[in-house]
Amino acid sequence: MSSSPLVSLMDAATGQRIRLASIQVQGVLRRRLLDLGFVPGAVIEVLQASPLGDPVAYRVNNTTIALRREERERIFGEICKEDGE
Amino acid sequence: MSTYRVALIGNPNTGKSTLFNALTGLRQHTGNWAGKTVVRAEGEYEYNGHTYNVIDLPGTYSLFSNSVDEEVARDYIVLDRPDVTVIVLDATAMERNMNLALQVLEMTSRAVVCLNLIDEAGKLGIEIREQLLAEKLGVPVVKISARNKQGITELLRQIENVAKRRIVPKPVQVKYSEEIERRIQELEPEVRRLIGDDYPARWIALRLLDGDDSIIAALERRLGANASQTKEMIADGLSCAH
Repeated sequence: MSSSPLVSLMDAATGQRIRLASIQVQGVLRRRLLDLGFVPGAVIEVLQASPLGDPVAYRVNNTTIALRREERERIFGEICKEDGE
Repeated sequence: MSTYRVALIGNPNTGKSTLFNALTGLRQHTGNWAGKTVVRAEGEYEYNGHTYNVIDLPGTYSLFSNSVDEEVARDYIVLDRPDVTVIVLDATAMERNMNLALQVLEMTSRAVVCLNLIDEAGKLGIEIREQLLAEKLGVPVVKISARNKQGITELLRQIENVAKRRIVPKPVQVKYSEEIERRIQELEPEVRRLIGDDYPARWIALRLLDGDDSIIAALERRLGANASQTKEMIADGLSCAH
């Protein structure tokens, strides 16, 4: 399970679930993301992308949060396998 | 007969304002926080012969001042020191809500945790052992449904207990890494010497280590006379941090 390679949120497709491993965003925005539930260990789901591909909506802590490209490429995790948690 | 000040704080959409209305009824008025375009709702109620002045703070996910709302809420808890801070949590989303709860418990020990929307949680099959939670957090925990006026009596009783210091909560403290804890220990007595015991010294020390300018500015506004000392303290704090 933990052998999956780390990918950024840019590489996750709609419908996939990702277990977060590291948040490389700095400063106030980092704090904000942590407050919203983007913390290492959390499992988030890719809900959908906007028509032009940016931003992308995620389900985190039962809430929908949209992230811009700048944030997505700095958040890393492993993609959860389809079967089970 | 005395008057106590009670602050309500919570994430957006936790039913905080429903609770505010349930507590104060029509005895409320709204305005703005001085110099800020943030609504300030204030009301009062009476319980056992005492008056409780209730402030409904803006709903926030955090108190690290990313926005004016958060700054207003933080300054009120840290600098105005209400007699009781009621932390309103959405019982159906405890994980998300606990972040704010722990932040508030770092700022004040005079708190009551209030689990709202407990009827909704029940429908979702969520069961909360509030006794265990109260033991772990070190503050009273009350389950309510503000909408159905359920649990309000128990909440009023716990607010009274904390206001009258019949209960002196000992909130759980977040422990940081060894290095940060060491720096807090260096800084905390210094902070206490400068601003006295009325303010949460540990929390302010942490903010200094984090290089948080906004709390320093807020402190300077409050303690005008000590401004230069505060500046010194900041310099110390920052040199510790880097």
